[in-house]
Amino acid sequence: MTAPAEAAVRTVDLHKTYASPRGDVPAVRGIDLEISRGEFFGLLGPNGAGKSTTIGMLTTLVIPTSGQAQVCGLDVVRRPVEVKRRIGVASQNNTLDSDLTTFENLEFRGRYFGMRGAEARRRAAELLDMFNLTDRRGASPFELSGGQAKRLMICRALVHRPEVLFLDEPTAGLDPQTRVNLWEMLRELQSEGQTILLTTHYMEEAEELCDRVAVIDHGEVLASGTVDGLRGAAGADTVITVTYDGAVPSGVDSLRGRDGVSKVEVSDGQVRVFAREPDGLVGELVTVGASAGLGVTDVSQLRPSLETAFLTLTGREYRE
Amino acid sequence: MSTTTAVTARALRPTVAQTFVAMMAREIRVMRRNFVSIFIRVLLQPLLFVFVFAYVMPKIGAAGGGGLFAASHAGPTFSTILVPGLVASSMIMQGMMAVIFPLMMELSWQRSITDRALAPLPIPLLAVEKIAAAGLQALIGGLLVFPAVLLIHAKGQAPSVHIGNWPMFVVIMVVGSLLAASGGLLLGTLIDPQKIQVLFALVLLPMTMLGCVYYPWSALHAVRWLQIAVLLNPMVYASEGLRAALTPQVGHMPAWAFLTALIGGTAVLAWFAMRKFTDRVLT
Repeated sequence: MTAPAEAAVRTVDLHKTYASPRGDVPAVRGIDLEISRGEFFGLLGPNGAGKSTTIGMLTTLVIPTSGQAQVCGLDVVRRPVEVKRRIGVASQNNTLDSDLTTFENLEFRGRYFGMRGAEARRRAAELLDMFNLTDRRGASPFELSGGQAKRLMICRALVHRPEVLFLDEPTAGLDPQTRVNLWEMLRELQSEGQTILLTTHYMEEAEELCDRVAVIDHGEVLASGTVDGLRGAAGADTVITVTYDGAVPSGVDSLRGRDGVSKVEVSDGQVRVFAREPDGLVGELVTVGASAGLGVTDVSQLRPSLETAFLTLTGREYRE
Repeated sequence: MSTTTAVTARALRPTVAQTFVAMMAREIRVMRRNFVSIFIRVLLQPLLFVFVFAYVMPKIGAAGGGGLFAASHAGPTFSTILVPGLVASSMIMQGMMAVIFPLMMELSWQRSITDRALAPLPIPLLAVEKIAAAGLQALIGGLLVFPAVLLIHAKGQAPSVHIGNWPMFVVIMVVGSLLAASGGLLLGTLIDPQKIQVLFALVLLPMTMLGCVYYPWSALHAVRWLQIAVLLNPMVYASEGLRAALTPQVGHMPAWAFLTALIGGTAVLAWFAMRKFTDRVLT
């Protein structure tokens, strides 16, 4: 099991069900993943899709109900300590050690992972510098802004040079500028060969950063592959959504089966057309409404993207 | 830049012992920095107590002093009764609070416990580390109260303290500290953080008042049912153990009894605490 091509992360039919007073709540329902070394992999899905639970299992803190998960070829349930030595984790919550300063958070993380004092301090200084936090070195985690805290958590995950870096929603709640800066830093990490598994509910984040993504919802992988591949396979359609001020007129059925139109979905007051050739369709839908005496209250047109892929796969609009 | 020489860099393979020691180093760094605020909360109560009962009350001629316990002047002074009791209560309180307060924060809200849980250490050993760190605080808390209870008293009310049995004294202090820390960890994992006020009202206060801190256990024979009921209180064994070690002239519980309770109690509480803690950290 020590083949050089051993995956950085591999899961087989991974399940997690939480017991609750109101019965069992399945959070992850059979996830298979295989992530190679050096890859930047994204788990994309809305809140509550099962992303954090999956990360929790891979980082040994959530015990799977069934199935297997390995990190660097090591089983996460049977050899958690060895797994923990090889991974760095920046969780979604602010889990910084509030009794320590910014600098000490990194220093002690290094020491937990076997660095000597001087080595840990050197590494801490180096990371603070890289992530533009040097002027906050003496600050308590309470005094950091949201973006600074996120950056510090990523630094902390990197202190011991982990083989696999797990980032759970690293940019959630950050302002756009801070987010773009962080993306820049993550790209740089990857260019140096860092294996990264990132979860996000931002479509554009996955598109910007990841080599491959798995789209997950309700604890299942709906599709996975390269971003381009997913767009091509599931999301090559433009999605047009038209909302009428009454029930959808039957005239829209004339679009079904037409060349270039892959799917027409009707729900109360709203029609959604998935089309490879969207030209003129909006006008047609407005006309169909008008001839039935209906006005149009909302129109949207989404160009092919992970977002349309998600719509195609789930039939539901992506909510961030 | 050398952030992620992950694949090429010398791999760090800390032993579990190294990680454990590093975590203790973190606790000591925090303890040193917050020394005053950490210890004041526990030391103030015994300081005031000994000030009022061993100094002010005798001065104003209240029924303080030996009169409380010994009908004749031949009996021990109240301050003699208080020395082991207050050392024990400081130690036990410090040990429990040292683990409960941080744990309440770590297990609720942001679950910052994941910070430590991701260090390369088995989770049950993380519990042991918490017990060791809180035990250290308990020991310091107990020792810090010594000078005060020895020195604060009115004229003629000096406590009569003599450590006749050093090994016994050391064992009681160390095991008592670990007992408090283990009990604290168990309570901290069982109690809902919202109910911390209840913990103080229903657990810590009765533990002190009924912990043979202010009176020796043997004196309770006058209230037999209480003498038996308080045997459920771990504080009793720490107080009585220290009474045996520091003021053996005052009647105390037999050594086999308090040693069994302290050592056995520590083992049982630590074991349960480790299990509950692991359950809380891993989901």
